[in-house]
Amino acid sequence: MKSVCFYFQVHQPYRVKRYRVFDIGNDPEYFNDRSESDLNNRRIVEKVAAKSYIPATTLLLELLKRHPEMRVSFSFSGIALEQLERYVPEAIELFKAIIDTGRAEVLGETYYHSLSFFYSEAEFERQVSKHRDIIRRLFGVWPRVFRNTELSYRNDLAHWAERQGYAGVIAEGWDPVLGWRSPNYVYTPKGAKQIRLLLKNYKLSDDIAFRFSSRDWPEWPLTAEKFGQWVQASDGDTVNLFMDYETFGEHQWADTGIFSFLEKLPEELYKNGGIAFRTPSEVIQAHDVKDEVDMPHIVTWADTDRDLTAWVGNPMQKAAIDSVYSLEDKILLANDGRLLEDWRKLQTSDHFYYMCTKWSADGDVHAYFSPYESPYDAYISYMNALSDLRLRVEKKGT
Amino acid sequence: MFGWEFPPHNSGGLGVACQGLTRSLAERGFEVLFVMPKRLDVSSPWARMIFAEREGIETLEFDSPLSPYMTSSKYGKQSKNGIYAGDLFSEVERYRGMGATIAKEESFDVIYAHDWLSFGAGLEAKKATGKPLIVHVHATEFDRSGGASGVNPHVFGIEKLGMEQADCVVAVSEFTKQIIVTKYGIPAEKVRVVYNGIDESTAPSGIGLRRLRSLKSSGYSIVLFLGRLTLQKGPDHFLRAAKKALERDPRIMFVISGSGDMEDEMTQLAAKLGISGNVIFTGFLSGADRHEMYVAADLFVMPSVSEPFGITPLESMRLGTPVLISKQSGVSEVVHHALKVDFWDTDEMANKILSVVGHDALRSSLSENAKKEAERITWADAALKLDGILHGLVKSH
Repeated sequence: MKSVCFYFQVHQPYRVKRYRVFDIGNDPEYFNDRSESDLNNRRIVEKVAAKSYIPATTLLLELLKRHPEMRVSFSFSGIALEQLERYVPEAIELFKAIIDTGRAEVLGETYYHSLSFFYSEAEFERQVSKHRDIIRRLFGVWPRVFRNTELSYRNDLAHWAERQGYAGVIAEGWDPVLGWRSPNYVYTPKGAKQIRLLLKNYKLSDDIAFRFSSRDWPEWPLTAEKFGQWVQASDGDTVNLFMDYETFGEHQWADTGIFSFLEKLPEELYKNGGIAFRTPSEVIQAHDVKDEVDMPHIVTWADTDRDLTAWVGNPMQKAAIDSVYSLEDKILLANDGRLLEDWRKLQTSDHFYYMCTKWSADGDVHAYFSPYESPYDAYISYMNALSDLRLRVEKKGT
Repeated sequence: MFGWEFPPHNSGGLGVACQGLTRSLAERGFEVLFVMPKRLDVSSPWARMIFAEREGIETLEFDSPLSPYMTSSKYGKQSKNGIYAGDLFSEVERYRGMGATIAKEESFDVIYAHDWLSFGAGLEAKKATGKPLIVHVHATEFDRSGGASGVNPHVFGIEKLGMEQADCVVAVSEFTKQIIVTKYGIPAEKVRVVYNGIDESTAPSGIGLRRLRSLKSSGYSIVLFLGRLTLQKGPDHFLRAAKKALERDPRIMFVISGSGDMEDEMTQLAAKLGISGNVIFTGFLSGADRHEMYVAADLFVMPSVSEPFGITPLESMRLGTPVLISKQSGVSEVVHHALKVDFWDTDEMANKILSVVGHDALRSSLSENAKKEAERITWADAALKLDGILHGLVKSH
C-alpha cells in the first residue's frame, strides 16, 4: 500500500537584538529584546504558539482520535522546545500528548538548528547528543531517523548517521540531483549499507506550504479533495510531505482555510483506499529500496538553488559563520556554561539566513522571514554580539 | 517645460533631474521645449548636453537672476558666484510674466513646470492657452526650511496655488506626496509619484582617486557628506555621529563636501566637538572632483532632515560606494541595498559608520549590491511613468 508521510518542522531561533558597536564590552545579553518588534523572542514564540502550534496540535490530536490509522512526525529544534517550555508550556503539553499516542515519530537533529555538520563535526555531534537528551527528557523517545538543519544533506551525513545507528535520513527530493528518479521511493545513500534515504516531495509539500493561499496560482483554492487526488495519482511507494509546522496558522493564516484543509485531509486520503499514513521509520520498513542516490554536494530545501547559498552565499554570511566557528577552541577551553550556550545560540542557521541578499525570486521569502530591516542590519547586530562574545572569552582566558 | 537650471549650470539635484527627465522623455519620442529663465552656455563641452539636444530638445533662454536653493533667510542677500543673482521674488515675477508670451509663440500639448520658481510661468502659460499643466515637485518649502517654523509664506503660497491649479501634481516620492497632501491640502488622487533615476548622462564621471590616496594608504577610512550645508541636509547630525564614531575608532576621516549657509557653523561645531583633526571641508565639488570624492569614500552618508528624493546616494551607489541614508528621504523608498537611519539617531548613525568601516564583508556586500541596484533605477523608468500621465492628460483635454 502506498504511504503518505507527514513530517512537520518546529523551530524558533534566538534572534539577536539590535546590538550596537557601543554595546560591545558592556552588554552580555544578545537575545533579550523586550520591545514590540519581531526581535523579541518571547513575543514571537507566544504569537506563533497561539496562531499555529496550539491550534494545529489540538486539531492533530483530535484527528488522531478520529482516524486510528493516522500517523504524523515532528522534528523539534532544541531551542524551540526550550523557549516553549519557558514561555508556552501548554504547547509542550500538547506535543507530549501527541507523542504519547505512539503514532507520532520524533526525528533527530541538532539542538541549536545549526549548520555545524559542515563546519565542525565534533561540535555537530555534541549538539545532536544534547538534542537527544531533551527529546528523551520531554517525550521519552529516542530518534531513529535523522534530519539535518534546513534539510541540508550530503553523502557523508548519511555515512555519519549510519555509524550512529540511525535507520534513516531525510533530504530534499531535488530533481536536478535525482535525475530520472522519483522522490516517491525509498533509497540507499551512496556508500551506505543499512541506512535508508527518504526524499521530500517538494512539489506537493510546497503546494501546501507556499502556494496554499496564493490567488495567482491556477489551482487556488486548494481543497483537501483535490490534494487527496493528487497524492492518489502520484507514482511510487510513498509521498513524503515535509514542511514547517508554522505553515498551519502562521505562514498560512487561519482565515485562508488551512485548518479546515488539514481537518478534511485524512478522510480524503482514505476515501479511495490504497493509501496508508506512515511515519518515516514505518515508510522505511514498508518499502523496498528502489536505487542508490548520490549527493556529493550539499543539497538543502531552500530557494530555487537548493544549496547553502541562502545561508553562506555572500561575503557577510561567510565572514559571520567563519567567525563564529573560529571561536570554537577558545570557547571550549574557557569551560563556561554561559559562554558555551551563547556561542551555540549564535550558530543557529537563521542568523545567516537573515543576512541573505538574494533579492531575486526568493528575495520576498527572505524579507518575509526576517525580523531585521535589512540583511545589513542583521549582519551588524550579529557581528557586534559576536565581538562581545570574543571579548568575554578572551577575558576569561587571561 | 519650465525649469531654471540644467547641467552643467546647476547647483543641485534639480538640474540633474531636469536633464534626466528631458533626455528620457525625448527618447520616448516626446518633443521637449525646455524653457530657462537665463541664457546659459549651452555650447558647453559637456557632450551629453549636446546629445540630448540632438534628440529633439530645444533650449529657450532669457536673463533672470534666480537661485533655486537659497533658503528664505538668504533671499535678497546672495549675489556672489551663483548663476542667478539679485532679488529673487521680482525675478520669479518676471519669469511668470514671460510664461504667457512664450506659450503663445510656441506650439505644444502639455505644460510642465518644475518647482515653485517656475510654477507661476506654467500657470500663465495655462491661462493663455488652456493647455493642461503638470507641476513636478522636487522639493517643498517644508523641506528647504527644515521645518514648519521657517516656511516662507510667500513661497508656500506660490507652491500651493501651482499645485491647486495644475491638472496633475508629480511628486518625487511618497514622502513628498505625503507633505503635498497634508500640508498643501491637495487631494491624494491628483498626486502621482514618479521616482528619480540615474543613468550615464547624469552620473558623475572622472579618472578616480588621486589626492586622497595618501590618506587612504595611511590606514584612514573616509566617510563622506556631500551636499549643501543647510539645515535640511543635516550636516550637524553628521558631525555629532562623527564624534561618537571617533571615540571608538580614531582612524576615520570625515569629509564634508559642499557649501551653504551653515558652513561657518559647521567648522565651529567640529572644533567644539573636538574633532577638527578628523574633519575635512572641501567646499563645493563638481565634475571630476566630485567623482573622485565618491570613489575615495568608504561610506557616503546622507543624514537629511527632510529629503524629497536625494539623487546623491544613487550617484554614490552607482560608483560602488556604500551609502547610509536617512529614513526621512524619498530615495530610501526605492533602494534596498543601503543602510538606513533616522536622521536624529546619531548613535545608530555612528554604529553603522563603525560597522562599515570595521567589516570588509559588509562594505563589499553593500558595494556590489548597491552598484547593481543603482543601475536598475533609471530615468527611463521615470519617463515610462510620465508617458502614461502625459498621454492621459492630453486625451482628457
